[in-house]
Amino acid sequence: MNLAIKTEKLGRIYKIRGGKKAEPKQLIALQDVDLQVESGELFGLLGPNGAGKTTLIKILTTLLAPTTGRAWVAGFDVEKEPEKVRPRINMVSGGESSGYGLLTVRENLWMFAQFYGLDSAEANRRIQQLLEVVGIGDRSNTKSSDLSTGLRQKMNIVRGFLTDPDVLFLDEPTLGLDVGAARDVRQFVRRWIDQDSSRTLLLTTHYMVEADELCDRVAIINQGRVLACDTPANLKHRLQRDAIFQIEVSPLNGLGVKALEALPGVNQVTSQETDTGARLQFRLAEEPVLGLVVNALTAGEVRILNLSKCEPTLEDVFVDLVGRSMAEVERSSEDGQEQPGSRNDASGVQF
Amino acid sequence: MQAVFNSETRVKKSSGWQLFLKTVYARAYPRLIGQQREKSWLFFDVFLPLMAVSAYVFVYRTIGAPEEYVGFVVIGGAMTAFWLNVLWSMSSQLYWEKEQGNLALYIIAPNSMMAILLGMALGGMLATTLRAAAIVVLGGWMFHVQFQVSSYFQLFLVFLLGMVALYGLGMMSASLFLLLSREAWHISNLAQEPVYLASGFYFPVKNLGFWTAAIASIIPLTLAMDAMRQLAFASGPTLGFLSVQLEVLILLLLSVLFLASAYFLLRYMERLAIREGRLTESRR
Repeated sequence: MNLAIKTEKLGRIYKIRGGKKAEPKQLIALQDVDLQVESGELFGLLGPNGAGKTTLIKILTTLLAPTTGRAWVAGFDVEKEPEKVRPRINMVSGGESSGYGLLTVRENLWMFAQFYGLDSAEANRRIQQLLEVVGIGDRSNTKSSDLSTGLRQKMNIVRGFLTDPDVLFLDEPTLGLDVGAARDVRQFVRRWIDQDSSRTLLLTTHYMVEADELCDRVAIINQGRVLACDTPANLKHRLQRDAIFQIEVSPLNGLGVKALEALPGVNQVTSQETDTGARLQFRLAEEPVLGLVVNALTAGEVRILNLSKCEPTLEDVFVDLVGRSMAEVERSSEDGQEQPGSRNDASGVQF
Repeated sequence: MQAVFNSETRVKKSSGWQLFLKTVYARAYPRLIGQQREKSWLFFDVFLPLMAVSAYVFVYRTIGAPEEYVGFVVIGGAMTAFWLNVLWSMSSQLYWEKEQGNLALYIIAPNSMMAILLGMALGGMLATTLRAAAIVVLGGWMFHVQFQVSSYFQLFLVFLLGMVALYGLGMMSASLFLLLSREAWHISNLAQEPVYLASGFYFPVKNLGFWTAAIASIIPLTLAMDAMRQLAFASGPTLGFLSVQLEVLILLLLSVLFLASAYFLLRYMERLAIREGRLTESRR
């Protein structure tokens, strides 16, 4: 097996400064992460904001040292041999504003190509080809400060692929893109990996559909730990023993999720508010339990507006593993229940 | 179009010195070309410094100071452009690069960070020379400055050495600032005005007394300006702090010291920043 990325018991702890006299707090961003990504794979890291995805990418791209464990990229230790890792990798982050606004798109891309030692003529040829592929060939002479968010991200994507890396890291590449631009980027990514089995791509995302649609294998990560790692199909298959139903209802009239979960045969209930009431998702031990659910709703004077049976999604897998939906995890993180590895991990960090 | 994806057309990449030189040129490019596109530099980098020069010239003429002082002020006014460039576009530059997301990309690329700093320095130096030359020409013309250059070669040599030492200092402080966040901005702000005084931007540094001028000589512009004034004006040597030969020697030593320090500090600070997680912008 030819491994492009390998981690062993990888961990990262941040120390967060308190007040002048307060002891620094420890924040566990990554804990005991063991991953193996084969050459030629499009591997996804799926998890909510603050799960530790970006921290993991920073370690793998030699930007951050691990606190514990080891990691290898393209066969080289990221901590001990960064100079051997760097010529073989590149990275693109969602929403990044790299480059210089006074330079044109072509000039910015040419500049970054030079940092990898590309011949100028070859770099310019590839820039034009890649810009055409992502649909912004006519923007090569536009100043990058004049680009919209979507076009800028396409430029960033080109920057990542321009140097033809062996291992490419895409950190939330479709963050902030409109639907069309995100679809273009996903198609581009898939084509790139399919053309050459020596290329490897590690993608972090918190969009379930993106991971499901693109990735050969997915690791689900939360609170710095990898909870599961398999193909999207296998991850979903583990839930197929359950029957999943989605029911749209009128307002619940005080009928709580806990009460519904207490019904025999109901394994899990998640609820999401809608304009007309709520959207409930039930994981039932078997289909006949649905009758009990319908009776309970009717008895609670809750009207059923729509009922459908669902195939399991990666979201369901996440709920199964974590006990809450990704949106709920992110909301609780925003409410102050800290998630490790959150995006402001560089500020206030002492070490 | 498929060629760009094709495995048979994997890209060839330079390494070693070729990569180093390509990086220097590429990083200098935004300053050499990009910065000239915003024509506002004519106002901010030429007109405003000329206003400051004018104020000193009028004061000197009002109090009847020797006419050579006018020439000294014009040279000093031009050299402020270099000091500002080193402070804001070298020392604190890596902080801005970090916030913009460029620093992470510089680090993960196979290029040397020293090449990045050198590119920043060369680009900044050349772009600023254009601004400084404009100030000298316009200031000389406006105030009828009588230049009497004793040796153009020596003048060029002193200027060049001063620039190497000054930008070496900039590269060294950029390395030190690698760990800083917003403090970088405050430190640059703090260092701006006092150096105008200590280095004698608008008067002969000799007037500050030996020890103050000697301490101020750690800023290469102090001795570079003093030597340039001695070489550019007839009465320059009588107002000079040290002999030109000694100033050249000290500038040479400062160049070696600052460039070597930049090299070692950069390596150390990069390792430290990777350990502490300070290489990426604070929002990520």
